[in-house]
Amino acid sequence: MNPSELQFSPGAFLAPVVDWLNANLHPVFAAITVVIEAVLGAIEAGLLFLPPFAVIVIVAALAFFCVNWRVALLSAFCLGFCLVVGFWTASMQTIALVAVAVLISVAVAFPLGVLCSRHKMLEMFVRPVLDVMQTVPPWVYLIPAVMIFSLGRVPAIIATIVYGIPPMLRLTTLAFNQIRHEFRELGSAIGAPPRAILFKIELPLATRTLLVGLNQCILLSLAMVVLAGLVGAGGLGAEVTRGLTRMEMGLGLRAGLAIVAVAILLDRLSRGLLDRGPMPSAP
Amino acid sequence: MSVANAGTDEVLIDCQSLFKVFGDKSEAAMKAITERGLGKKDVLRDFSCVLGVSNASLKVRRGEIFCIMGLSGSGKSTLIRLLNKLITPSSGKVIVKGRDLSALSAVELRQMRAKNIGMVFQNVALLPHRTVLENAAFGLEVQGVAKTERNRTATEALEKVGLGDWLTRYPRELSGGMQQRVGLARALASDPEIILMDEPFSALDPLIRRQLQDEFRELTKSLGKSAVFITHDLDEAIRIGDRIAIMKDGAIIQTGTAEHIILNPADDYVAEFVAGISRLHLIKAHSVMVSLADYEKIRPGADLGTLIHTSPSADIDELITLMIRSDQDALAVRENDRLLGVVTPRSLLLGVKGESPNHPAHA
Repeated sequence: MNPSELQFSPGAFLAPVVDWLNANLHPVFAAITVVIEAVLGAIEAGLLFLPPFAVIVIVAALAFFCVNWRVALLSAFCLGFCLVVGFWTASMQTIALVAVAVLISVAVAFPLGVLCSRHKMLEMFVRPVLDVMQTVPPWVYLIPAVMIFSLGRVPAIIATIVYGIPPMLRLTTLAFNQIRHEFRELGSAIGAPPRAILFKIELPLATRTLLVGLNQCILLSLAMVVLAGLVGAGGLGAEVTRGLTRMEMGLGLRAGLAIVAVAILLDRLSRGLLDRGPMPSAP
Repeated sequence: MSVANAGTDEVLIDCQSLFKVFGDKSEAAMKAITERGLGKKDVLRDFSCVLGVSNASLKVRRGEIFCIMGLSGSGKSTLIRLLNKLITPSSGKVIVKGRDLSALSAVELRQMRAKNIGMVFQNVALLPHRTVLENAAFGLEVQGVAKTERNRTATEALEKVGLGDWLTRYPRELSGGMQQRVGLARALASDPEIILMDEPFSALDPLIRRQLQDEFRELTKSLGKSAVFITHDLDEAIRIGDRIAIMKDGAIIQTGTAEHIILNPADDYVAEFVAGISRLHLIKAHSVMVSLADYEKIRPGADLGTLIHTSPSADIDELITLMIRSDQDALAVRENDRLLGVVTPRSLLLGVKGESPNHPAHA
């Protein structure tokens, strides 16, 4: 037999599926688009409503009260940098994209992660899916996302969510697996209903690991949101793409450094919350 | 033989031939056990299931501290979890305060656990993000008790265990012994009639352990609680328990007072266990005395009125002291002006060896 006949072409199966989805579920996707656009627009408008200096002061003040003065100073510096290099609006757009993507990723990943920790069978099915989601080159997701949602911010968000779910889900499962059996036994022994066991025992004990997951989710989402500049997501990614297509070293570099600044800002803020979080359980 | 200090005769927990089989094929294994009487080894070989608890029956009366003693792997931790249905038995019944646990709905079972059965764990299981007070009030909190009231009750419970000054501290700031007191306070705060203690003191150093043992016994008695206390330490069981059940391979081999078990060990395993235990404070005059008739045979016409008197609950240590002080070689055992028997030097020495003059079988 000729080996070339053995070729496997998943696209040949997937393309009709995407076409079918497009033809038959268009209203659903349109509704998703409207909702995401609305939330995104609101967050963006909120961030851009105040003058940049006011936003910088507010963020620094929040960082000071929630974390410490060092993180406050660093946040002010990072945001200031974005302003100085002339990408304030683009940076705020990127932050809004990350915020929405992370919100949706967590909303999907957290309950699934808890279920995976409770039902080992489910985890057996979910784990390989997560592996695929994390190892397929991220811009591959962009293709079906664009085919369904067309160009713009929504496919970018969808692709980002796909990329942001695995770390959050894995660490949620880990966080719940790490809880010592006795704590759940304690909950049952004192007659606590399942809800109380989840919210008053498991969740507080899992917080630290959950925050690590959130931190990873934020950073990976940022990386993907930038990449999604390719499909017209706007924000800093668009500037990088523009620099690349026009071969403008200066533009690309400024946008790149602004991305670093946003990454540092988001990382330190989320990590600051982590360090402030409850102490780990006693050995 | 009387049961020392067992309170009333009301039975709070009644377990009837409990079995627990762990494993994928536990149902088939359970069937084989009831039909063919398979043992622990057979069940493991034929079904790769573990027989955790095998045909265990026990009754815990109101006001009694019931110790379950066994080495690790003997099934004692499984057994105590059957008593509040943290583990569901494969077969058999658990009746708590007249109600069959298996017949309760999920809500009723939660109420039963919340109101009637407290539990203290080996590794305490204090929530690290909560203060001592919040931990002690946790049981009441999940029952929906208002904050001021639960804090007041929890504070009282913490004061009972001597931690009234530590309310706002976090568990990590406390020593192991203090953490375990918080665990006890948490169980006491809901004012349950029954407290299940799962090896609570085994991780503590010996001095603190003895102190907590005494405090626990005193507190339980003064509050009129009943307790089931799991331990792998026979000394601890003797120190705390009114009655002791000895477990091996998931089965209860013997149940009785410490004195009864030492004087009449059910088999070689129990005998070996109790061999190293000092009898001085365990065996009482009523077990070592000879009857008046027997004394009459040894010493015809002796005048019992001139002997030093003692009570039937005097232990051997006390009897030795009295015997040394006496100028005669006998002590009269008397209760309410009635002569019950006589302790002779020979019967006393038999008692020191853990044998009773009335049970020559073990001589």
